[in-house]
Amino acid sequence: MTSFLNAMPGAVAQGLIWGIMAIGVYLTYQILSISDLTVDGSFCTGGAVCVVMMTAGYNVWVAMLAAALAGMLAGLATGFFHTKCGIPAILSGILTQLGLWSVNLAIMDMKSNIPLNVNNYDVLISLRYLQEVQKGTRPFWQHPILVVSVFTLAVIGVLYWFFGTERGCSIRATGANPNMARAQGINTSFNQVLGLALANALVALSGSLLCQYNGFAEINMGRGAIVIGLAAIIIGEVAFGKLFRNFGLKLLAVSLGAIIYYVVIQFVISQFKMNTNYMKLISALIVALFLAIPYWKQQYFHKKGKVRQNA
Amino acid sequence: MLKLENIWKTFNAGTINEKVALQNLSLTMEEGDFVTVIGGNGAGKSTMLNAVAGVFGVDSGKILIDGVDVTNLPEYKRAKYIGRVFQDPMMGTAATMQIEENLALAARRGQSRTLRAGITRAEREAYMEQLKILGLGLENRMTAKVGLLSGGQRQALTLLMATLQRPKLLLLDEHTAALDPKTAAKVLDATQRIVEKDNLTTLMITHNMRDAIAYGNRLIMMYEGHVVVDVSGEEKKKLTVEQLLNLFSQASGSDEVDDKMVLS
Ligand SMILES: Nc1ncnc2c1ncn2[C@@H]1O[C@H](COP(=O)(O)OP(=O)(O)OP(=O)(O)O)[C@@H](O)[C@H]1O
Ligand SMILES: [Mg+2]
Repeated sequence: MTSFLNAMPGAVAQGLIWGIMAIGVYLTYQILSISDLTVDGSFCTGGAVCVVMMTAGYNVWVAMLAAALAGMLAGLATGFFHTKCGIPAILSGILTQLGLWSVNLAIMDMKSNIPLNVNNYDVLISLRYLQEVQKGTRPFWQHPILVVSVFTLAVIGVLYWFFGTERGCSIRATGANPNMARAQGINTSFNQVLGLALANALVALSGSLLCQYNGFAEINMGRGAIVIGLAAIIIGEVAFGKLFRNFGLKLLAVSLGAIIYYVVIQFVISQFKMNTNYMKLISALIVALFLAIPYWKQQYFHKKGKVRQNA
Repeated sequence: MLKLENIWKTFNAGTINEKVALQNLSLTMEEGDFVTVIGGNGAGKSTMLNAVAGVFGVDSGKILIDGVDVTNLPEYKRAKYIGRVFQDPMMGTAATMQIEENLALAARRGQSRTLRAGITRAEREAYMEQLKILGLGLENRMTAKVGLLSGGQRQALTLLMATLQRPKLLLLDEHTAALDPKTAAKVLDATQRIVEKDNLTTLMITHNMRDAIAYGNRLIMMYEGHVVVDVSGEEKKKLTVEQLLNLFSQASGSDEVDDKMVLS
């Protein structure tokens, strides 16, 4: 149990970082009603761009901005495939994701792993900082949990404002009912591209935070990101859905969902001494289960309805 | 106001499912015309409305709205001129958004969507007044999700949305067909009031012959993708359902009258 408690702050920090990615997934999956698989690639793009820029001597903020822009480009590519080439959204994301594997390697100079030494660069967050704050050799306000929390709240604030604007509302309408949106003069294709770009910018931003935290960028760092994102959304909805009605709070629930996800995983790892390589299988099964529940419910009620009719 | 010139539209061209839905269709509507459209299943009524709205392009011919050639404009750009209510109550509104949000989206039809507030306090008050006119009590449920409304309430809301920003052309595709008779009558009544109030140029498809006669100043009947009967003015006012059925069998060259038309 102590090993679990010791690992708690790390799990929360990781959950917060991935939570920003999950908010990006929320934008496409829940608001635009698109399952965007670009994220598995654009997450790494963000990390790669950030590390390469920082090792080249750029300021951390510049590097993170560049990472977000790179993620945006990835989203644009998927949007282009979908709206201009008529390729189904899921397949468009898969194509971009596949292509990004080469692009990400190219960004990282064909290396599968690039280190970012905390001692040599001014990073925003780091696993090392977390330990140092706990030891008392660093001021508390450099604690990764605090820094990423502030970051997350800022992201939620901006999104809350944006989705209340005319443009933001039109994006929500595009996802809710594209026929109605077009009848109201909304360019649904443009909005889909915009939403995909915005979402992948957030995903890449999250990747740029994770590589700072871990101290390296790695070609496989985004593998399964979409599943983690969905898990966070589902956990957030199950845990806080009844409580949080406001859009801003819903985004917060996604972030909290990601934290819960990482804490649970940390718990499983430290309690059962499980090989971490099994985590992806477990995550996949859990998400599949939660996605299936609404369907099963519906089937169940359907059958019950039939019985009543016969009676 | 609306001019259709020799429109042709074929679905699934070159396949065994090929269907010529519009055949050399021409129609001219004057400003303020309220035209009711009847015709059997598959006559091309919905296809005509969708072609005008720009849901799909046409194979040949020209579509002009208020003198502007919109033949090659995408659907979302034509929306500037057109208000629409669909047959399916689910189609015209965003179920997961609030009543007032839906109205605010509609109020901005034809305008560019900026970073200004999606809905303002002044708007809310104005919408409340307009919802009162519908007489369905929706003015007290402004922040309710539209998905919670009944089919009739949704159609009435869609009608209000279509006309919130005065359209040059109002397109109604059997917008009361999915409703029970009582609700249908209510929505039709609201339609009549709104059209009269704003003197809207309206094209209304219906399967109900009596409605087709009772509403509007002109009636057209479609058959095999074009207009075969066109009556207006005094002649239309004196029209009876029997006469209409006769006109239909003459036009289609058979006594076989569409079941649905007889029933209604
Ligand atoms: N998107 C489409 N793809 C293929 N065929 C279509 C399509 N839309 C309509 N059609 C065909 O075109 C013909 C005209 O259809 P349309 O929907 O315009 O008829 P309608 O007059 O509205 O009939 P109804 O009274 O049944 O609504 C029909 O044969 C229909 O099957
Ligand atoms: Mg039809």
